[in-house]
Amino acid sequence: MTEKITLETIEDVSILAKLKLDPEEAENARKDMQKMLDYVEKLNELDTDGVEPLTHLFSYGNVFREDIVTNGDASEEMLANAPKAKDGQYQVPKTIE
Amino acid sequence: MKQTYETIIGLEVHVELATKTKIFCSCSTAFGGRPNTHTCPVCTGMPGTLPVLNRQVVEYALAVGLASNCSIHQMCRFDRKNYFYPDNPQNYQISQLYLPICHDGYVEIETEHGPKKIRIHEIHMEEDAGKLIHDEWEDCSLVDYNRSGVPLLEIVSEPDMRSADEVIAYLEKLRKMIQYLGASDCKLQEGSMRADVNLSLRRAGSKEFGTRTEMKNLNSFKAIRRAIENEQERQAELLDAGKPVEQETRRWDDNKEFSRAMRSKEDAKDYRYFPDPDLPPVLIPDEWIQRVRNSLPEFQEEKAQRYIREYQLSAYDAGLLTESRKIAALFEETAALSEKPKKAANWLIGETLRLLREKNMDPEQLDFSPEHLAALIRLAEDGSVNNQVAKKVFEKIFEEDIDPVAYVEEHGLKTVSDTGMLEEAARRVIAANADAVEQYHQGKEKILGFLIGQLMRETKGQADPSLAGEILRSLL
Repeated sequence: MTEKITLETIEDVSILAKLKLDPEEAENARKDMQKMLDYVEKLNELDTDGVEPLTHLFSYGNVFREDIVTNGDASEEMLANAPKAKDGQYQVPKTIE
Repeated sequence: MKQTYETIIGLEVHVELATKTKIFCSCSTAFGGRPNTHTCPVCTGMPGTLPVLNRQVVEYALAVGLASNCSIHQMCRFDRKNYFYPDNPQNYQISQLYLPICHDGYVEIETEHGPKKIRIHEIHMEEDAGKLIHDEWEDCSLVDYNRSGVPLLEIVSEPDMRSADEVIAYLEKLRKMIQYLGASDCKLQEGSMRADVNLSLRRAGSKEFGTRTEMKNLNSFKAIRRAIENEQERQAELLDAGKPVEQETRRWDDNKEFSRAMRSKEDAKDYRYFPDPDLPPVLIPDEWIQRVRNSLPEFQEEKAQRYIREYQLSAYDAGLLTESRKIAALFEETAALSEKPKKAANWLIGETLRLLREKNMDPEQLDFSPEHLAALIRLAEDGSVNNQVAKKVFEKIFEEDIDPVAYVEEHGLKTVSDTGMLEEAARRVIAANADAVEQYHQGKEKILGFLIGQLMRETKGQADPSLAGEILRSLL
């Protein structure tokens, strides 16, 4: 089995996942991920030429809603889920792009 | 020595669809509600909730795609685009990457070198994000999710545009088309139409593309033009100095007329797209496509051409009347009812557009009936009211949709063409304006206009002006 997951991969992924890992955690994550890949690698033994990728288990489609407003103002209930709220809005740490 | 460059521009245009509800839940999409009053567990990304697709979103997407000559993926799917930012409570945006609903179309624009096709790479359906406000006092951000889950179409063009003029012509074309379809109101200022500009330069004659930048936050045609011109210059200066252009997203500041880098462009692979398992595929049979195709309206150009042909209007007038589908409909109905298409056109182009501007209204808000405008045209035609009075009555029709016949009767606004009564009033005017009469006799013909004005005033504006002039002249 090839070693595809490097510490660099772990660094890239942790940036995308907004995680800070110390060297020991990074090494553990690297090993874990490599194990997962090795496990899935097994599937490559199958010949899947000409097989359409399966994205949904059930063969149905077109589950629609009609365009009718049935939800009212539930802002109080919704905001009850927020760790912090202010002026009817969710309060989050300052984010500037 | 300075190089000559060719500008290559491609556009990503987002339009907010005019559905009543959001794309995946039954919350209202109304603009301007109090923060978070149009939210539910689905559009705030609560665990365990399931999105259900709004059928009308597919209808609008098909209409826009067919109107722009696209092919349709008759089996299309939604994908998750993963990113972490508080405007998106799910931590992924539901969008379409692998099988967008529409692909490979084009629209035609007019350029100084004649008509030109701008190819459309794809059109996909996706959801909008919430709105973040930065709180200066507490050093935190506040989030309003009313806009989260509002349906969007993203229309991605090929890099086929070469100047700001072409970009604006393309956007105008899309906007008119989408407004005619009723799929969106396409207001740049309110954000229901947004354009991101991808721009690169290449040496004149070169076949390869240069590195492009993407510009965001362009909310007027003026801002788009300025941002394009500014970015052309910035990239040319870099290239002239032998420096590389960085691939990045830049945010335009229209007040400072300056753009600055936001973040280096994330690669598609950084978004870790994958098919959304919560949403089954959308299957679009031929009959559905045919039904939408059959219901496409007559668009602006065809309509304007027909007006020129059928009603002998000028190209300019036909263009103005077809600016909005609402005005075009009012015109056609009024023209049919009054049998005076030229008059109907004049009222709609002149007074209607003037009042809309004055009251800062959209044509879509017009709320008077063609029957009443046609009745007013008849009153003016048979001389029952003069021009001045007709304009006043029209304002009433515009504001309150009054019945002009009853209104004129009730307020005694009929033109006075009773010669005896006018003569009497003219005598009063002559007696009261001895100076002016004196000047008239000394040969100052122009003063007659003043006297006619006085007579109009004496009759509260209801005198037939030509008759008034005649009577004054004979009495003097």
